[in-house]
Amino acid sequence: MPDGLPTVVTIRCVVEESPTVSTIFFDTVFSSKPGQFVMVWVPGIDEIPMALSYPDAITVQRVGDATTHLASMKPGDKLGIRGPFGNGFSISGKTLAIAGGVGAAPLLRVALEFPDVDFLIGARNEDELLFFRILRERCSVRVATDDGSAGFHGFVAGLLKEMPVEKYDTIVVCGPEQMMRSVLKELEFQNSVHNAQFSLHRYMKCGIGLCGSCCFDPDGACVCRDGPVFSGEYLLQSELGKYHRNASGIKEF
Amino acid sequence: MITLKKSPVRIGEVSVRNHLILAAGVLGTCASSLLRMLQSGAGAVVTKSIGPEPRPGHAGPCLVVLEDGILNAMGLPNPSARFSDELEKLSNEPVIVSIFGGNPDQFAEVAGWFANQAQAYELNVSCPHASGYGAQIGTNPDIVKACTEAVKSQGKPVWVKLTPNVTDITAIGQAAEDGGADALVAINTVKAMRISTPLKRPVLGNKFGGLSGKAIFPVAVRCVYELYDACSIPIVGCGGVSSAEDVIEMMMAGAQGVEIGSALYSNPDLFQNICRDLYSEEGYHWKEIVGCAHA
Repeated sequence: MPDGLPTVVTIRCVVEESPTVSTIFFDTVFSSKPGQFVMVWVPGIDEIPMALSYPDAITVQRVGDATTHLASMKPGDKLGIRGPFGNGFSISGKTLAIAGGVGAAPLLRVALEFPDVDFLIGARNEDELLFFRILRERCSVRVATDDGSAGFHGFVAGLLKEMPVEKYDTIVVCGPEQMMRSVLKELEFQNSVHNAQFSLHRYMKCGIGLCGSCCFDPDGACVCRDGPVFSGEYLLQSELGKYHRNASGIKEF
Repeated sequence: MITLKKSPVRIGEVSVRNHLILAAGVLGTCASSLLRMLQSGAGAVVTKSIGPEPRPGHAGPCLVVLEDGILNAMGLPNPSARFSDELEKLSNEPVIVSIFGGNPDQFAEVAGWFANQAQAYELNVSCPHASGYGAQIGTNPDIVKACTEAVKSQGKPVWVKLTPNVTDITAIGQAAEDGGADALVAINTVKAMRISTPLKRPVLGNKFGGLSGKAIFPVAVRCVYELYDACSIPIVGCGGVSSAEDVIEMMMAGAQGVEIGSALYSNPDLFQNICRDLYSEEGYHWKEIVGCAHA
């Protein structure tokens, strides 16, 4: 086993992506696949799992202590990084990326690193749309907002109803749990579940498949090690969108 | 290599499917992950330690992988009484419920929640990084004896998992035996620390943690050897076991079975791999091996 103490990185710059989301760039590039994640140590606060939105950056939505602290950090501040961990996406052929909210973070790299990608982004409103300008330069982008302030008025799963999903070889999805459940249902309806991969989020402590905090029903897969990317077929009979376990291991519905 | 003949195994009044048991704290919070370990060849499983109140555990980092081991301070995260929902899906499986408390009454209370579900209890009087629990009470022989007696009154087998972070582990082992323990499990993690030199602070959120994995195997073998001489109840060896050869060595020191945890990091299929190497038709009967290094 190599010595796995956290790699200490210095923050190079912080880019505001939306009123609640920022991207934090490091001075270190992590050799990784899109969809892999790192454990980010905010010294004195906590350590949290975050997708790499670029090989040298994470994109953070302020939701709790650690993320709020992270978002307030400045160039020159230091973080500890363990990883990259997890399996990442397996991309081939014509690809559709479906993002909801900050779920766009692990999918951005799919558009930046693969040649034939179409993108769907969903957000609460126009201000919360992530990476729209960068993506528009690279690929075809369609937008859905909950309030109709930009693009399709409604959820991304609704937008999907109008799409010829069967023409894609790979469909990659990341977003809030209920959004992913709706997308999974829609893809099942359109007979395209077998091409789909979803990146999941669960409470994690170890990141290496030992502690069991992120175990996923029905078969006890470790989201950190066996995932975080799982096939649509696998997820059909899973806990996705039904419940998850909190830090104590208690189910929350 | 020395091998064992496959035969029914009973350790500390618990029937297990083979000599290899999943250690507490590893993949033990959900029924689904415990079943996965049984399906992958574990002879029995020990659950995550369950305590009197739900706990989210310590702030991170909670674990770092080192060259020769793993350093962790999870902080006893557990769902408390609600764990009984998970255990419902494990009826008739060889499940040993690890429990902790701050005093004998709390141990008895927690044990009572699972009286119809546990095949046995393993008392965690040895976690080195949780204030008021674990090793903080497990270093006192009188408290260990009292906690053992309190849980023993439930009428189920009781295993007591010991901390190596004491001057004389046999004094604690004897206290557990006096309290009516059916087996001793040795050892829990070795209290340890690493510091991030660039950040000039301890790596773990809790500062202190416990070291497991290969690095502590020699400590575990020594503790099992000492306990075998000092106590007369069965011993389960735990600490850095990662191969069939390690299992045989632990048994020669005096263990009737072993618990395995950290080594699953390098190899999630470890149980079936060790089973394949450990058992053969021409193998020894386990009784010929256990404690044979004391000749």
